[in-house]
Amino acid sequence: MLFSKPMNQLQRLLLSARRVSSSPITPPPSCLLHKRLFSTSDTDASAASLPSSHQTVQTLESKASSKSRNTSSTTSLNQDELAKFSAIADTWWHSEGPFKPLHLMNPTRLAFIRSTLCRHFSKDPSSARPFKGLRFIDVGCGGGLLSEPLARMGATVTGVDAVDKNVKIARLHADMDPVTSTIEYQCTTAEKLVDEGRTFDAVLALEVIEHVANPAEFCKSLSALTIPNGATLLSTINRSMRAYASAIVAAEYILRWLPKGTHQWSSFLTPEEVTMILQRASIDVKEMAGFVFNPITGRWLLSDDISVNFIAYGTKRKDLESI
Amino acid sequence: MNRVLVRKLSSNVCETKILRRTCSTDVTHKVSTSGSNESFAKKNSTDDGPQHDIAIVGGGMVGIALAASLASKPLTKHLNVAIIDNNPLLGRKNIIEKGNPPDPRVSTVTPATISFLKDTGAWKYIEEQRHAYFDKMQVWDYSGLGYTRYNANDVHQDVLGCVVENKVLQSSQLSCVQESDLQKTIYPARLNAMDMLPSSSLTGLGEVPSTTDLFMRGRLAKLELSDGNSVYAKLVVGADGSKSQVRELAGIKTTGWNYSQNAIICTVEHTVENYTAWQRFLPNGPIALLPIGDKFSNIVWTMDPKEASDRKSMNEADFIKAVNDALDSGYGPHPETTSSRDSLSWLTGNVTISTKERFKTPPKVVRLSSERMMFPLSLRHAKDYVSKRVALVGDSAHTVHPLAGQGVNLGFADACALSKAIAEGIALGTDIGEANLLKRYEAERKPANMAMMAVLDGIQKMYSVDFGPLNALRAAAFHGAHYISPLKKRIISYASGEQALPLFS
Repeated sequence: MLFSKPMNQLQRLLLSARRVSSSPITPPPSCLLHKRLFSTSDTDASAASLPSSHQTVQTLESKASSKSRNTSSTTSLNQDELAKFSAIADTWWHSEGPFKPLHLMNPTRLAFIRSTLCRHFSKDPSSARPFKGLRFIDVGCGGGLLSEPLARMGATVTGVDAVDKNVKIARLHADMDPVTSTIEYQCTTAEKLVDEGRTFDAVLALEVIEHVANPAEFCKSLSALTIPNGATLLSTINRSMRAYASAIVAAEYILRWLPKGTHQWSSFLTPEEVTMILQRASIDVKEMAGFVFNPITGRWLLSDDISVNFIAYGTKRKDLESI
Repeated sequence: MNRVLVRKLSSNVCETKILRRTCSTDVTHKVSTSGSNESFAKKNSTDDGPQHDIAIVGGGMVGIALAASLASKPLTKHLNVAIIDNNPLLGRKNIIEKGNPPDPRVSTVTPATISFLKDTGAWKYIEEQRHAYFDKMQVWDYSGLGYTRYNANDVHQDVLGCVVENKVLQSSQLSCVQESDLQKTIYPARLNAMDMLPSSSLTGLGEVPSTTDLFMRGRLAKLELSDGNSVYAKLVVGADGSKSQVRELAGIKTTGWNYSQNAIICTVEHTVENYTAWQRFLPNGPIALLPIGDKFSNIVWTMDPKEASDRKSMNEADFIKAVNDALDSGYGPHPETTSSRDSLSWLTGNVTISTKERFKTPPKVVRLSSERMMFPLSLRHAKDYVSKRVALVGDSAHTVHPLAGQGVNLGFADACALSKAIAEGIALGTDIGEANLLKRYEAERKPANMAMMAVLDGIQKMYSVDFGPLNALRAAAFHGAHYISPLKKRIISYASGEQALPLFS
């Protein structure tokens, strides 16, 4: 498909056989996934940050580091591409489609988020809309899988994603229900919001940080978005042997849940590293939990096992450090 | 009439769409409900119908139980519920006169159902009315080759179940609902038509879309009632019995067959109190005697249709004689009480109390206290319990033979599971008409219901054939259940609803 430099090393690897046509526009990497669905060539253009779809924006001056990603600029994609994108825009919300693992994991993550944030904000967990009046931000919202349930729980939600297409899909889907149509979606990045000076009561970045070029900087941005004593929730995959076996080998190659190349094992973070970089960003990690998949029931369960998927909840320290 | 036909046609179109659609929340859909669009254009109603979260069609025991269960949970008690039932007495504070003899329509509630009713807060109202706990049960057949006695103490419980009149069950749940904070509206009408459109975007509708707009964009289901009103709801629950309108309008297919048997039910009186539930399998079907309290008992006698209409119309004295005969020594001898063999104690395990109990004869019936009612029996099971924005509970999802008194208990378990699924969905921020939520309910109840139906149907078939070797097999089954205590405990536990599946549970 259409690439311009700087190109991701990963993309280079996967698409080395492809003919690169010139185009001034860099497509959002997630389009590579959808390209895969239509292309006749055998390469799976799935360097896309599927299912997470988030990336930090690279300024034009930044060096093409091995993990740097492409920016998503305004599109002037040709009509064919637009047609393809809009045709598969549904797959975000297809519970049996390529995002199936996320759909399966969603109720479990929401259970943890709900109980943790109810405790944090001292809200009644048996209320139907406990987060009324609180402002949340979902960084790397994708199609809005997390933003919509949070809005139904009463929160004022802002969803951001660096991939414009995802934001469009999220907007479309959220507009189908009056409760979720109040969600504010923006195609932007955490850094840009920090520059705008926005702050939120709770900042959620689920399944984002493993796709980010500079995790430490990303965490600093998340921290800057959080008000003092606010909550930050981060979920990712552990850089462990078990995670390699399950999240990469099993999920991408054997079960084919995720397209190959979705995750890079080397960019996973261990819980200790996450705790450390959050601490340096003035966020104290208070709780951590793991998600375990039970293949018999087909459900994800919350557990103490943080060796593969884990989620961390932290609170922002009152004394702000300058970023 | 034509409009009803058009609506039916349009709902058929909708049904086929629903059947073909997979249960996923698709963003885009092929909209081919042109038929229904026309019919709505014809019906020029300018004002919006009322909008509810859940519309429960059918105000029977199970429908009201669902409402009561929702009312008792903190996560769901703020919901807005509509109850649609044709019965004009529903909703009126009906005071049941205690002096009257019991109504022949009764149900046996299992301990699992009793705890559900306690959770919803209805049990305290039931205890104020007539109800009868029983702690012993005896089952035998006409061949006289074996019998089984069950005792609540076998499983260290106080009761095996409780027999309550259906109207008591219904009115006590309704009292719970009326006293709760649940916003409820009762529509005394019948459901005529139901429609749902595919989901589409609400962009361009402004801040607060009207109810009609929400319906046209697939967020609500529209129910048209027989009195001309339209009701809109996010979720439609079909609790309207074995001939469910909701199930038919949603296009959910059923399998099943009619048993060539009718059941006669009536209330009878004894001279002594009865604390045991009795069931004797006769060649044409079982006869059951259930205590209701105050020396009354309820008879459920299953037989073929010709006999049933004869017995319904014969005079009282003859009927009483027939009943006593059926319960006692008609059709065959009494089984003998054989002492438990000590040599087989390794097989029988810890011997339960009831193993040592002798065979007893049921108390004699002295008077008939109510009219005799007759019902045809059938087995019916819906292929799916859920569809887009529709869920089925109770008899609309499954109809079973009354031989084990399980029917309404399965229905109450459905209501419990559905309200639990709705509460979980709300806790996790899902839209209550969403497919995943409803599928969780189906995944919980369908296997359990199907297992129970298989067991009951198997028993019914096994006892409807009079064939020497089969009789011996049944006798062996009676003996096995009576003497092998672990098996007996399992049977009691399964029939009491403590265990959802007969095996592996």
